Amino acid sequence: MHIELEKRAAMSPAFSILSPLLALALTLVFGAIMFAMLGKDPVAAMSAIFVEPLLETWSLHELAIKAAPLILMGVGLAVCYRSNNWNIGAEGQFTIGAITGSYLPIVFYDWHSPLVLPLMLLLGALGGALFAAIPAMLKAHFNTNEILTSLMLVYIAQLFLDWLIRGAWRDPKGFNFPVSRDFAPEAVLPAIWEESGRAHWAFIFAIVAAGLTWFMMRYTLKGFEITVLGQSERAGRFAGFSSKKMIWFGFLFSGALAGLAGICEVSGSINHLQPAISPGYGFTAIIVAFLGRLNPLGIVASGLVLGLTYLGGEAAQLSIGVSDKVTRVFQGLLLFFVLSCDTLIYYKIRITWTRMRGGVA
Amino acid sequence: MSMFEAILLTVITASTPLVIAAIGELVTERSGVLNLGVEGMMIMGAVAAFAGAQMSGSPYIGIVSGIAGGAIFSLLFAFLTLTLVANQVATGLALTLLGLGASGMIGESYVSIPGIRLGNIPIPLLSDIPVIGPVLFRQDLIFYLSIALVIGVNWFLFRSRAGLKLRAIGDSHGSAHALGIKVIRTRYLAVMFGGACAGLAGAQLSLVYTPQWVENMSAGRGWITLALVVFASWRPWRVFAGGYLFGAVTILQLHAQALGLGIPSQFLSMLPYAATIVVLVIISHNRRTTLMNTPASLGKAFVPER
Amino acid sequence: MKKLTFALAASAAAVLGFSSAASAADKTKVCYVYVGSHTDGGYSQAHDLGRQQVQKEFADKVETSYLENVPEGPDAERAIERLARSGCSLIFSTSFGFMDATVKVAAKFPKVKFEHATGYKSGPNLGTYNSRFYEGRYILGQIAAKTSKNHGAAYIASFPIPEVVMGINSFEQGARSIDPSFKLKVIWVNTWFDPGKEADAAKAMVDQGVDVITQHTDTTAPMQVAEQRNIHAFGQASDMIAAGPHAQLTAIVDTWGNYYVKRVKALLDGSWKAEQTWDGLKEGVLTMAPYTNMPDDVKKMAEETEAKIKSGELHPFTGPINKQDGTPWLKAGEKAEDGALLGMNFYIEGVDDKLPK
Repeated sequence: MHIELEKRAAMSPAFSILSPLLALALTLVFGAIMFAMLGKDPVAAMSAIFVEPLLETWSLHELAIKAAPLILMGVGLAVCYRSNNWNIGAEGQFTIGAITGSYLPIVFYDWHSPLVLPLMLLLGALGGALFAAIPAMLKAHFNTNEILTSLMLVYIAQLFLDWLIRGAWRDPKGFNFPVSRDFAPEAVLPAIWEESGRAHWAFIFAIVAAGLTWFMMRYTLKGFEITVLGQSERAGRFAGFSSKKMIWFGFLFSGALAGLAGICEVSGSINHLQPAISPGYGFTAIIVAFLGRLNPLGIVASGLVLGLTYLGGEAAQLSIGVSDKVTRVFQGLLLFFVLSCDTLIYYKIRITWTRMRGGVA
Repeated sequence: MSMFEAILLTVITASTPLVIAAIGELVTERSGVLNLGVEGMMIMGAVAAFAGAQMSGSPYIGIVSGIAGGAIFSLLFAFLTLTLVANQVATGLALTLLGLGASGMIGESYVSIPGIRLGNIPIPLLSDIPVIGPVLFRQDLIFYLSIALVIGVNWFLFRSRAGLKLRAIGDSHGSAHALGIKVIRTRYLAVMFGGACAGLAGAQLSLVYTPQWVENMSAGRGWITLALVVFASWRPWRVFAGGYLFGAVTILQLHAQALGLGIPSQFLSMLPYAATIVVLVIISHNRRTTLMNTPASLGKAFVPER
Repeated sequence: MKKLTFALAASAAAVLGFSSAASAADKTKVCYVYVGSHTDGGYSQAHDLGRQQVQKEFADKVETSYLENVPEGPDAERAIERLARSGCSLIFSTSFGFMDATVKVAAKFPKVKFEHATGYKSGPNLGTYNSRFYEGRYILGQIAAKTSKNHGAAYIASFPIPEVVMGINSFEQGARSIDPSFKLKVIWVNTWFDPGKEADAAKAMVDQGVDVITQHTDTTAPMQVAEQRNIHAFGQASDMIAAGPHAQLTAIVDTWGNYYVKRVKALLDGSWKAEQTWDGLKEGVLTMAPYTNMPDDVKKMAEETEAKIKSGELHPFTGPINKQDGTPWLKAGEKAEDGALLGMNFYIEGVDDKLPK
């Protein structure tokens, strides 16, 4: 068997819609086989993962909480990736944003003012952007590979947070346990609809950020510049765009959104700083960005789907007793199928059953 | 054994998996493919090696099984990125996610079982040399393999015809294709070589470094090898040096703590990462030398024109 | 909309075939939240063994379930809420990092009972429980002082939280009761669970000439290093004799099951109340693994100390004890209060390390 690809003249609109559905279908089939092999009822498993979390109001709120940081960061990363800059350190920028945003409620804890929250969000975004400025500066001025520097900075950010929480920012009334003091009520991001669940404003920010970014990419000169420079640096230069400036833009933009996600998570969901504030959101967001095909609106959908698999995986642990590793494998499968089905959008696939001709493969 | 020798041995054990996995990734990247899934392949290698050793009772079968585990797992990446031209960054990350999950599932029954340690093979005569004898020539097979890999890959890339072709593909897959070089096939082999090396590195973890199986036991070492390859500007001997530098910093950091310098341990733990960034900046500062070494097609998809 | 949701739920239930639900409903549900995997070979597995003990003890009355690998933070809150909603009557959240999440969910579900391990916040339906690990560590210290040829040991420590600092001090206190010149080196690895790093730390200590190591991290890697390098070590959380048949002197084994059985029994007979429990060797939430690889007189001493701690005759932190800088902490005969121990953030005399701030 031999597989050949032929590039389509333009991307196929039919497959743009069909490919995610096909991927989902394949995941369901393979997932069902996997669950059946583990001796679990595949229908029950699929329903536990994909249907049950959507049936209850509280669970929908939880979905919004889980998806918000993924969407916020995914949108920022998508812009950065479109411009052909590879920030994979969103996790670190998330952490630093959480720290800088927490500066006010922890250090000036007795300053009560309606200004606290907006300033916190601003400081969080700023912190994330500044931390992302490090790999940007290193790439723009020293030509250093940004994938690696941004990744290394993740570890540094996490250790820094750890040091802070076990030292200077430790709650003086917390029996020396590694947590900061609790945020005052005016430093807590409010719930969207408190009576029905605990989803907070981070989800609204995520949707707004996705909408605005979509508008920017589609209708503004900046969006055009990002696309052109991302596709070909040379073409961009002819158009008078600077790829150096674009490095800065891509990193600052994605860093700011990651920082905002960080402070939103700490303020809205956790209400204090602690050594572990993210179960790898920054890395999951990379996957979210690609699943959403680097399109801000697509990312809203992919963020929700990925959030759903986390919730569903947890529900399945309880209702059908599968291990948490099965969920991770299942997520891996989903990603692989989505990535491979995307090929259909840009290429025609030809499968030949005869042996290939000698010479050029 | 003197303290100096002892520390040297500890550094060697810590550095070997980094060197092996990085050498594999170097070959993959030299062919123009960026596989960010080293962590996933390494952990699959670790669990495969542990399982192989347990089932057969022989650590050597474990090594073979680790290599095979890494290589087979990497095929998944190769099929997606080379045949279906999926994005390499995203596929690599997905490979890591899948590897961590799948290895946990496979290894569930191996938790808390004492592992089988790979024994040392002293080399006659050489192992009797003072100081370097016990350190370098009373080692296990995987250490010897790591040295052989560095020498072999260096020879292959810069002295052999096949290596020349591989580099040509990495530098410009279009021209290489026009010259009749089999781009996709070569890249498949390069990715699988990377997978096999990551698997061998994983085998070192579960058979030598800490002979046991626990979930996530690679603990981020796969990510470090990615940095090492760039750190080394895609040259085998520099990968070797970088791997040992990194291993030494990790170990000496612990000794520095024991000396009681009063530096917060978090900052000492940051050292290896900070050092990598600094070195990356220094070597990439000179634009010309980096461009000379960086495979120009790195991370770009290739679809043969008809 | 509500109707539609209901219809969907009904059809989903029909598809799933909830036939077993009826019989399961008669049983009381007891649930657990783990920070790690239930097969992590360490901390979470010890709790899961406790769960299995409960399941075995009350097989016909109780159904147990658990959620594993739950990250500390907002995910914990959701996980605990899910358990509360799924009909659990008693929920054990087993990691310190779940404290605030447990507090929040407990306030939301006043009819469900909660117990949080190793924390300090409680409520009308939220109890806390912890184990006096330090009692075991005192015995380890005494054994180390008898075993070490160079009057010292190394302590592989995870994070400088009070729990760990308390353990270090107790170990040193035990050692000093035998050998006043005993020096304890501490090495911080900043992880609970990374076999490679733990092994590196153990090797670094052995390379510096240490002949007894003890650990407050969760994998058997340091024990393996001790075995390989022919020195002695102590197991942590579980009996690690398989990893160090010649190296292990003894181990502090977490036996939460005894506590869990006690509490579930209280739940079933209606006497459950939110309590702050801090049990130790006496109540059996920690036990000492067999004393091995040591001369008979050392073994006898260890057994005697264990008996004295159990009977209450001996409290590991009994003065006179000085702080590291020589300033007095406890006067002669004075016993440390629980509150002071739970918030411990200083070393006692003889610890050869600077406590990270």
